[in-house]
Amino acid sequence: MLDYTPKEYIQRSALTINPAKTCQPVGAMYAALGIHKCLPHSHGSQGCCAYHRKFLTRNFRDPVMASTSSFTEGAAVFGGGSNLKTAIKNVFSIYNPDIIAIHTTCLSETIGDDIPTYIMSSQIPEGKLVIHANTPSYQGSHVTGFSNMVRSMVKYLSVNSKTPNGKVNVIPGFVNPGDMREIKRLMKAMGAAFTMFPDTSNVLDAPMTGKFDMYPKGGTKVQDIIDAGNSLATLALGSFASSDGAFELDKKCKVPARVLKTPIGINATDEFLMAVSKLTGMAVPEDLEEERGQLVDIMVDCHYHYHGKKVAIFGDPDLCIALTDFAISLGMTPKYVLTGTPGESFENEIRDMFNAAGIDGKVKALGDLFTLHQWMKEEPVDLLMGGTHGKYIARAEDVPFVRIGFPILDRSVHSYLPIVGYKGAMRIIEMMSNALLDRQDRDAADEDLELIM
Amino acid sequence: MAKGQVTDILEERKEFIQCKSNAGGLGLKCEKDSVAGSVSQRACVYCGARVVLNPITDAYHIVHGPIGCASYTWDIRGSLTSGPEVYRNSFSTDLREQDVIFGGEKKLAGAIGEIAERYSPKVIFVYSTCIVGVIGDDVEAVCKEAERKYGMRVIPVKSSGFAGNKSMGYKAACRALLNLMETNSTTWPRQSEKLTGVNFLGDFNLAGEIWIISNYLKRIGIDIVAKITGDSRCEEIMKAPEASLNIVQCAGSMTYLAKEMEDIYKIPYIKVSFFGIEDTRLSLMNIAHATGNKDAVEKAKELVFVEELKVKAKLEHYRKRLEGKRAAIYVGGGFKAISLIKQFAELGMTTVMVGTQTGRPEEYEVIRGMAVDGTVILDDSNPAELEKFIREKGADILVGGVKERPLAYKLGIAFCDHNHERKHPLCGFEGALNFAKEVDLTINSPVWKLRRHHL
Ligand code: SF4
Repeated sequence: MLDYTPKEYIQRSALTINPAKTCQPVGAMYAALGIHKCLPHSHGSQGCCAYHRKFLTRNFRDPVMASTSSFTEGAAVFGGGSNLKTAIKNVFSIYNPDIIAIHTTCLSETIGDDIPTYIMSSQIPEGKLVIHANTPSYQGSHVTGFSNMVRSMVKYLSVNSKTPNGKVNVIPGFVNPGDMREIKRLMKAMGAAFTMFPDTSNVLDAPMTGKFDMYPKGGTKVQDIIDAGNSLATLALGSFASSDGAFELDKKCKVPARVLKTPIGINATDEFLMAVSKLTGMAVPEDLEEERGQLVDIMVDCHYHYHGKKVAIFGDPDLCIALTDFAISLGMTPKYVLTGTPGESFENEIRDMFNAAGIDGKVKALGDLFTLHQWMKEEPVDLLMGGTHGKYIARAEDVPFVRIGFPILDRSVHSYLPIVGYKGAMRIIEMMSNALLDRQDRDAADEDLELIM
Repeated sequence: MAKGQVTDILEERKEFIQCKSNAGGLGLKCEKDSVAGSVSQRACVYCGARVVLNPITDAYHIVHGPIGCASYTWDIRGSLTSGPEVYRNSFSTDLREQDVIFGGEKKLAGAIGEIAERYSPKVIFVYSTCIVGVIGDDVEAVCKEAERKYGMRVIPVKSSGFAGNKSMGYKAACRALLNLMETNSTTWPRQSEKLTGVNFLGDFNLAGEIWIISNYLKRIGIDIVAKITGDSRCEEIMKAPEASLNIVQCAGSMTYLAKEMEDIYKIPYIKVSFFGIEDTRLSLMNIAHATGNKDAVEKAKELVFVEELKVKAKLEHYRKRLEGKRAAIYVGGGFKAISLIKQFAELGMTTVMVGTQTGRPEEYEVIRGMAVDGTVILDDSNPAELEKFIREKGADILVGGVKERPLAYKLGIAFCDHNHERKHPLCGFEGALNFAKEVDLTINSPVWKLRRHHL
């Protein structure tokens, strides 16, 4: 790419160049880390587990624990049953988690391993739990893997015991621990009783204490996931990552589900808080009204920095959908929106936004960054937003670049600070306008360099 | 400490851990697959193959399988290039459900075609990952057919993840390299007229290391025919059989290739290490002697004298700041661990724990020989064990790879990446200085003082 991308658009049917997604298991591993005292377990070759742990470690800069079935040729031929049983026994005896969350890999899926049967014939110590999710790498993407693991939490754990708890369930979606913290803060500020799962805050953004905790303080307690079956309703934030879990909860425990956008930007945050308010009967408190007011103030103060700017957005579908909506609300033109995750609904939803805003833009699901780069060569944009891999394009095209989404491998602190909620929206605006204004400064001739912008 | 004293360790892991004592004892158990259910730090066959071949800068690397394997290895190697950037892109077949059911051969052929037609490359490597064999794709046949159709090299790399560990992947990569070397087999002079130059095996040009080494060799009058594989081009690897000597650095990944080349092309090899002053000096002298060129020996002596002088005084500064500190090592191969123990000793530091992912019995023997009493030696470890021994032994710094960094930081000790994420070249004389700088920078950082539980 640096710079191998030709301008003229070439149709490809077999080759993926520079992917905008990765495989299911890593998403499942991330979701499972959001359960308190859970050890994710990768049922496949040891390499998969090593890659997934490395990938998450690079993004979060925190230890990522997971065990593996360590497939060998024998397992690939005769099935991984005995590996899994040994693994379950070993994991409980040495690492002592409360719960093991197994996910499969392309290999164990292809050879047709029957995980529930294996689990049933395993020795599981009293009071301990084992759950599993099928996460074939050749379907969907890492976001699908996250969603599948969340659904499995519900399938295995949640129970409607006819004792309503008056709580709201929140499924936050594939967002950073910093975002999960912020969502919890908003819920608390709303005075709502709630259960959020999964919750990786205090797991992957845990403080430094001089001790290594195999199981840090954070994560949703198993008890709470069980009790989620008694809640008032479930708010699924982000249709791709969260709706399956919420629908499963509806099906299994009759907890009504409502699917919302990831609360990124002003509209999506409004919708989220209104939904909470409606469910709980609590009014949006003064504090949050104040935050919203500040956000609007900021949007007014610097609207001329970004108004009319063309932006290309890539990343996970839920992020792209919310970010596109936010960009439009700021008067920007999201010219290109691309995700690596497959899904027609993604293209439809973005296209609807384009139509409503009168934008002549391009959208693609199951796309790759080579395509995005080609689009940008055909007609350039003013700003690129997405994960670290966008840096090659940003450099080749000399376009300002805002890192947002997953993964971010070359910058730090992103996982601690939110992009959701009103505060998160302020942060996004700051990142975007700084990138645009830094560029303006860089390019300005001496006589045009302005002190006040 | 006897083996029985290792407590809190998975029963099946005990034979993989040792504590050095004068009493001797049985060899350490190693080169085995990880125990099912361990939080192993180990990688797979594909990973081994990919890290060896990826640095070939002008080759197209197609990963045949579902997207994950391609995503995780996209430009993570940290190998620099002086020219082509092709290898920094990620090409894959992104196999989907349909392909798994009906086979992926057509998609692979299509993907090769889409590259061939647009870029007309010289060489494409095709990596088969976990499920490719299971779904019955005949990758070799597809590659052959593509070679015929497009008149270029399309080389299969058999790297299904489950078929062994990372070392097996190194072998798979070496076989692919041999395959590439055979390209012009009809036209080489075979053993008759060897070039005077050497091949350099096992440097991957992390942070530009191969440039330091080739500069040294140039100064003592030795030409490099092929760099394998850091900053290399396909052409030079095809020429490798014409060289008169193989110099092997990363022994873990390259000994197999060197032995094969000795067999097939009658090229002798020597092992070297450019990590640390002592190893660099020895290696340069050994290389000069091995070429049988007196002039080279003289020049090497001079180079060593000049370069050592340049860094020695500066190293002394760091030695003062680091003397007496304790180091823990957890790296990929045994050879690197050995170099590191020496380097820490050069800095006045003691190594209190040594572990590797894929060390071999001979290497563990050397480590045992060098280690001071009480040093813990472990094979294919996991975070719980690492924590236990780092604490028990009071290490001040851990040297390791990506997954170990946050572990060290959480424990509140310093860390140095001696793997793909190294930021400065660590080889040669200037590398030894960089290493000292890095170790000092992290060990003596003020951040460790901020660690406390209460205000
Ligand atoms: S694509 Fe398959 S083999 Fe590769 S990392 Fe993902 S699960 Fe493992």
